[in-house]
Amino acid sequence: MSSIERFANPTRFMRLQTTVQPWVWIITLALFGVGLFLGLTRAPADYQQGETVRIMYVHVPAAWSALMVYTVMAVASIIGIVFRHPLADIAAKAAAPIGAAFCFLALATGSLWGKPMWGTWWVWDARLTSMFVLLLLYLGYMAIWQAIDDPRRASRIAAIVAIVGFINVPIVKFSVDWWYSLHQPASVFRTDGPTIHPSILTPLLIMGLAYSFLFLALHLIAIRSEIGTRRIRQTELARTGALQ
Amino acid sequence: MYWILPRLANGPVEMMPAFKSVVARDFTLAIRQGGSIGTAIGFFLTVIVLLPLGLGPDQQLLQRIAPGALWIALLLSVLLSADRLYQTDHDDGSLEIMALSSTPLEVVVLAKASVHWLTSGLPLAIAAPVFGFLLNLDTALIVPLGIAMVTGSVALSLLASLGAAITVGLRQGGLLVSLLVLPLYVPVMIFGVLASSGAQSGIDNSATALIILVAIVLAALVVTPFASAAALRSYMR
Amino acid sequence: MVFAGLDFTAHAGRMLVLRGPNGAGKTSLLRLIAGLADPAGGTLAVEEPSLPADALLGEHVHFIAHQDAIKLHLSVAENLNFWSSFFGGGDVTGAMTAMNLAALAEFQAQRLSAGQKRRLGLARLALVEKPVWLLDEPTVGLDTASQALLADMMTRHLDGGGIIIASTHIDLPVKSSDVLDFATLGERAG
Repeated sequence: MSSIERFANPTRFMRLQTTVQPWVWIITLALFGVGLFLGLTRAPADYQQGETVRIMYVHVPAAWSALMVYTVMAVASIIGIVFRHPLADIAAKAAAPIGAAFCFLALATGSLWGKPMWGTWWVWDARLTSMFVLLLLYLGYMAIWQAIDDPRRASRIAAIVAIVGFINVPIVKFSVDWWYSLHQPASVFRTDGPTIHPSILTPLLIMGLAYSFLFLALHLIAIRSEIGTRRIRQTELARTGALQ
Repeated sequence: MYWILPRLANGPVEMMPAFKSVVARDFTLAIRQGGSIGTAIGFFLTVIVLLPLGLGPDQQLLQRIAPGALWIALLLSVLLSADRLYQTDHDDGSLEIMALSSTPLEVVVLAKASVHWLTSGLPLAIAAPVFGFLLNLDTALIVPLGIAMVTGSVALSLLASLGAAITVGLRQGGLLVSLLVLPLYVPVMIFGVLASSGAQSGIDNSATALIILVAIVLAALVVTPFASAAALRSYMR
Repeated sequence: MVFAGLDFTAHAGRMLVLRGPNGAGKTSLLRLIAGLADPAGGTLAVEEPSLPADALLGEHVHFIAHQDAIKLHLSVAENLNFWSSFFGGGDVTGAMTAMNLAALAEFQAQRLSAGQKRRLGLARLALVEKPVWLLDEPTVGLDTASQALLADMMTRHLDGGGIIIASTHIDLPVKSSDVLDFATLGERAG
């Protein structure tokens, strides 16, 4: 494969991205508008927690998205490692900071929610703990990209990290659930159970969709900027090579 | 594609001689260079000493946290003792020569991880419950703790060797290895502590927890050699 | 990309000498042939009927790099014994004789001089038989006597129908060699 072919695909991506980007933004904003409107004004307040329950509409979709983005990252890593597709490596790298931000948002809003609900800023609840470990996996993945200079090598090592982490996520979830069920404190917040009233579920799902589109929008931009960065580096390398 | 898959030779390969030779060599080196297990146990004791200093000398409190504290000290010591596992082989070119053979690198990785377990993980796992008296560990827990630690340390060694492989070509190893590997240690620690705490938390789950711990060890045994070998190959090119 | 427009053939029983200034890519080329690096383009073909043309040379290659791949805490004999058993059997005494290491057999490698370490690294060539030798500056640190030993070993290998590709600045007394000069190559590639 010559280096020109290597970049043929990213070039096609750049063209596609330019066309699609505005539409993705429009859909994202519309979904956020509807979701937040329904969640913050139309959905009922909780009879126990009052208005604070509305943090849920930011918190829960953020947690979903953090998991989804990690999945995207792992799948992109597998494609990158097996088929050596340069765009897949770039997509995996670009997804990480966004996923980490979602994960952090889930933890921060969980903590804010914990204050009125549990009376403390932080509780080692099973879900928060799993999210915490997920954030660490994100940070480790990003640290590997930071630590390795050569992008080809970095993409391989980072892909291994992402895939091993991906295997680890469900195991962590399983262990933390087990751990929490044994250490559960006496008074604890109970989820509403499997039946959630549509007036709550609808805005929640819309917010979930809104987050997904937000990720798409940010991911497209991040991929574009990564491709740009690599091209600049390539040009610089070619220039120093010519100086020899 | 080649670099991620083990090299497929033209026929069935005798892998045992290569495995044995790496085990024998690393074992000799570990004994001859010495010191590494002493340092690891010293580190383990340092962590243990810091605990009462940070928490206060309350005997009841220490007894309650002893199994978990010993596990944390164990996993940190195993992790840091594996830090340079592949370093010399990488730096002196031995890894490349080993990669240029009909023996898959996975076998080399498994051999080196085994020696690490024999020379660091296992001694630490045996020593840790004995040092439990420093934390007023319930004597009834010494044996279950020992069993759980010997079992769990296999996974700890394997995952630590994966961390060492992932960071082998990098200048700053230690912190990065910890960030990468400690999240992988979470399940080992949870079930390790459960398997060693006996009936402390009401119902006795230790048998189930031990079985799950064995399952985690087996999973690590399957995943880490491939992941480590793939990482080492990436650093060679 | 280190080099482009490279076209060469290494023949059985002949040595191909790589010449060129530092940074020309001699080491990269040797690693590429060994299968320790991926080419950005181009092909590497093996014309051996028993092997597929795109076979990786890997296990059929002796690669002498800048590092000697020896363990300082093992003795000379132990180092060779390890590689011999790792490769499934080899001629340890023969290897020691070939590089004149027999007298040093029981010495720990850390007590060897740089040149002696190099000899120990090169002894691997005589330890196990492999058809292709890739030598990256094999003479570095060697005195004239040791260079002669190396040249003998290389001549024997070529006489047995082996292939050698070596990058070296010194003219080794090895007959039947072709030269691939990287200095003239740059112009062709440009």
